[in-house]
Amino acid sequence: MTLKLAPVLSRAWDEQDSYTLDGYRRHDGYTALRKALTEMTPDEVITEVKDSGLRGRGGGGFATGVKWSFIPQGDGKPHYFVVNADESEPGTCKDIPFMLANPHELIEGIVIGAYAIRSEQAFIYVRGEVTHVVRRLLAAVREAYAAGFLGKDILGSGFDLELVVHVGAGAYICGEETALLDSLEGRRGQPRNRPPFPAVEGLYASPTVVNNVESVASVPSIIRRGKDWFRTFGSEKSAGFGFFSLSGHVVRPGQYEVGLGVTLRELLDLAGGIRHGHRLKFWTPGGSSTPLFTEDHLDVPLDFENVQAAGSILGTRALQVFDETTCVVRAVLRWTEFYAHESCGKCTPCREGTYWLVQAYRRLEAGQGSEAELEKLLDICDNINGRAFCALGDGAVSPIVSSIKYFRDEYLEHLRHGCCPFDPARTTVWAPALTGAY
Amino acid sequence: MSTAELGLPRVPAKGYPQDVVDRLEPDADAVIARYPVKRSALLPLLHLVQAEEGFVSGDGIRYCAEKLGLSTAEVTGVATFYSMYKRRQVGDFHVGVCTNTLCAVLGGDEIFAELKAHLGVGNDERTAVSPEGRSLTLEHIECNAACDFAPMMTVNWEFFDNMTPDKAKALVDDLLAGRPVVATRGPAVCGFRETERILAGFEDRREDAVHGGGSAGPESLVGLTIAKQRGEQA
Repeated sequence: MTLKLAPVLSRAWDEQDSYTLDGYRRHDGYTALRKALTEMTPDEVITEVKDSGLRGRGGGGFATGVKWSFIPQGDGKPHYFVVNADESEPGTCKDIPFMLANPHELIEGIVIGAYAIRSEQAFIYVRGEVTHVVRRLLAAVREAYAAGFLGKDILGSGFDLELVVHVGAGAYICGEETALLDSLEGRRGQPRNRPPFPAVEGLYASPTVVNNVESVASVPSIIRRGKDWFRTFGSEKSAGFGFFSLSGHVVRPGQYEVGLGVTLRELLDLAGGIRHGHRLKFWTPGGSSTPLFTEDHLDVPLDFENVQAAGSILGTRALQVFDETTCVVRAVLRWTEFYAHESCGKCTPCREGTYWLVQAYRRLEAGQGSEAELEKLLDICDNINGRAFCALGDGAVSPIVSSIKYFRDEYLEHLRHGCCPFDPARTTVWAPALTGAY
Repeated sequence: MSTAELGLPRVPAKGYPQDVVDRLEPDADAVIARYPVKRSALLPLLHLVQAEEGFVSGDGIRYCAEKLGLSTAEVTGVATFYSMYKRRQVGDFHVGVCTNTLCAVLGGDEIFAELKAHLGVGNDERTAVSPEGRSLTLEHIECNAACDFAPMMTVNWEFFDNMTPDKAKALVDDLLAGRPVVATRGPAVCGFRETERILAGFEDRREDAVHGGGSAGPESLVGLTIAKQRGEQA
């Protein structure tokens, strides 16, 4: 059976005004909101989302409806609905084009979600380094207020909601939900101890839901077309569709919105394969924090269970694809430098560990030292993994441990040569095409 | 030699002159009014003072502290945590080159090396002012969520997709010469300080700017295009 694409969130991106209110309303925009507010109780909305099987699209994979159901009701405290739009995981590039092309579907999902958890104040925490996305979000929120989809007595339902676009300032760690909340409170973005979880004590120590952009944006179509429709995509435990973002050495990189459980082989087929004259070497299934895969994993169904069974994590479905011209040591060194730069400094294993990883890696990449260096690297990894305050530490060691597992000999080759045996000029998009003589 | 280099404590910032305070006040109050708790306004306020001066100065820190009832130490602690707040004057344009792994491998490293040589500056350094009166600050940046358009660059955090060393050099030449530059997925680039006001949460003063660049870049549409060709819909 050939793969079937499922353009839902991307259905109108090829229209020139898809990001405007008019453009969105031509594609059933805000009809799910009307249905939720006029035909469903908040609890019915939560049940529908829970039964759809939607799981968090930001990497964690936690059931969205279940998260909503954790918000205590009748507690007399304000509730907050926060969207994590801090997309910064290396390789991940889905939420940014989504918000550029279709910010209203996100807003519709926010209003429905806030109604469900009885929240009257919502925030979109968007990373700062995306001026044009900020522009589009600000305009869309203004349009939604003017049309009565935000503000007081929305659609005559008596439900009120204020929505603020909050722009970050450059810190990968703020994608971690408790660091994001600290940042939103005007502090350094450092993760918090858990418990208490945000559902109990989140923003301003009040019950808070934090959801990824794509998770929230998937809600309107679930309400509009029903949980059973959503379940026709994906599998029992990994229901629905999602963006698979192909980048790197492929002929047609870009966004492919399909049911969960697709394989890289099927996606490469759509994407025209690896660039001409080259072959696949390694890839990330869900961003740089997910252990690397190789050619041996071309047929792993990309859903939560199967990727985990194969030794990695589905993450954000950010498929960074590298061909045989790429030095895996160079690639992982660069990610390691990234984690050291982005470590927030709160806990010792991550702050010190990522620093020393970089030092050891630079020596290895330059072909200095001995095989003992490799063991030292793994030893440092062992002291970070599972011992850091948040998942950044675990993410930092993922590419290292997996690359040594699959490409140990390539590391040793650096030591034998006394330098990197690869030519970086051959990896670029403008490198001359191979003639087949290679 | 400044006192800072001798390791002596810096003299406390005097704060903005009254005319600057008067000009900032309506914007700052609008920012604070967005939040149920005042301190949440700190990040946008820091963007706002960066819009005023092109970096976060001691005066800017003092302004934020006084508006929010915080100490200058608390504000400094936050300002120095986030990489977008600059401690030194940024040029008229901030130019970023992604050198995280994917972009680096696809050519970002080469672009960054060539730009440094072309402009005669290092990372996080500002060029001299051009004869046309423009300067820019060059910085290598982390993954900016445009991996399918790699190698990518930014000018004032607007996207420039599918770059090459030649396109990159032409881009900075145009910026320094004062020629108009249009982002691949965005409008014509405005100045760094005007951009920072947008990041403080205020809409672009140019009405049409929001439409610049259209709905989506070609890479964003590859899946949808194939689906339409095959007649597949969800």
